[in-house]
Amino acid sequence: MAEFIGGVGTSHVPSIGAAIDHGKTQDPYWKPLFDGVKPARDWIEAAKPDVVIVVYNDHASRFGLDMTPTFAIGVGDQFAPHDEGYGPRPIPSCQGDPAFAWHLVESLVLKDEFDIAIVGEMSVDHGLTVPLSLMFGQPQQWPCRVIPLCVNVIQYPQPTALRCFKLGQAIRRAIDSYGPDIKVAVLGTGGMSHQLQGERAGLINTPYDQRWLAGMASDPHSLANIGHTELLREAGSEGLEIIMWLVMRGALNEAARLVHRFYHVPASNTAYGLLVLEDA
Amino acid sequence: MNTTTARDYRDIPGTYVFDGEHCRKGYGLNMFCKSLDLASNRDAFRVDAGAYLDRFKLSIEQRRAVLERDWLGMLRLGGNIYYTFKLAIFDGLTMQHVGAAMSADGMSVEDFRAMMGSGGRSIEGNRSVQELRRG
Repeated sequence: MAEFIGGVGTSHVPSIGAAIDHGKTQDPYWKPLFDGVKPARDWIEAAKPDVVIVVYNDHASRFGLDMTPTFAIGVGDQFAPHDEGYGPRPIPSCQGDPAFAWHLVESLVLKDEFDIAIVGEMSVDHGLTVPLSLMFGQPQQWPCRVIPLCVNVIQYPQPTALRCFKLGQAIRRAIDSYGPDIKVAVLGTGGMSHQLQGERAGLINTPYDQRWLAGMASDPHSLANIGHTELLREAGSEGLEIIMWLVMRGALNEAARLVHRFYHVPASNTAYGLLVLEDA
Repeated sequence: MNTTTARDYRDIPGTYVFDGEHCRKGYGLNMFCKSLDLASNRDAFRVDAGAYLDRFKLSIEQRRAVLERDWLGMLRLGGNIYYTFKLAIFDGLTMQHVGAAMSADGMSVEDFRAMMGSGGRSIEGNRSVQELRRG
């Protein structure tokens, strides 16, 4: 049977990807961040997942205003990096796991009544690829298969934090009911506090981020009951992405064990946060 | 049942929440920005910006904001930062350039970078229009 091995929460700031692609990880600006990420890389290297489900958002890349799925799963066998205006990142395409992805879709739709959009072909942008680079560096091929789970966090109304948490719980039930002996990790990405737009651009709210980092392990239900206005106000209009971490948290058992926690300001215009959690 | 939500997020200063109303207002503007994903479209826009913009349904104000690179104006006219940033990438600008340009206090990009380096823009005084006015 499939085995869930744990979850990672990480910001997906595009400039982190650029720092990796351009060999700048040891520059003074970036070194503290990459040093703080190292324990998470060691964890995933030891855990060796066969598949990672990456919960991320698309930034007007694959999807546009012509169609905004609330939750979408990629069921294809390959996902190429999207050209976000600079040319595609020099990274390998992701190999999908169509059999497992279709199992997830069936379990989520039929057993848990989540109305998931099913995507046969999709490119993936920095929201998905930066977390992979953070976890795995610059390999010729990614060391595991990837299933993209795209969440709308750009167009209001975004799904609620509670819905994201419940989706994570349903994903766990789907993993636990999958026959093949594969090890699965879930990556929740985005956040932490940041605002890219408007006169408040550059907003960072460290106390609020720390509250999230602390609550993820011990009290996710309180976080899952936070409404959008609080998130927009406290975490910033783009910091609302943090709800995607709750999908990852929902996949864990009620009791979770903290493996690693790290926080760093700034990564470009954003507060960088990282958590590694296992079932307690 | 009343399905509308309280739009209490409108009280957040300097923040243009991309709700349905905003999306409808900015649809043409954002779809123009999205079109710049394709190199051939970038070339056409570079050759004759005005003629290229004629392909999209933009208001006179939106058209002016695009041509003048009025980043804050584009947001106010329905733009979404992930779309308008495609125009910034076209211009070779970073998010920090755009962040500085949108700041109420007219920051230089150097000032903006320095602000981020020292912990970012504080949440204190920036939670609500009321709090902002109190200073």
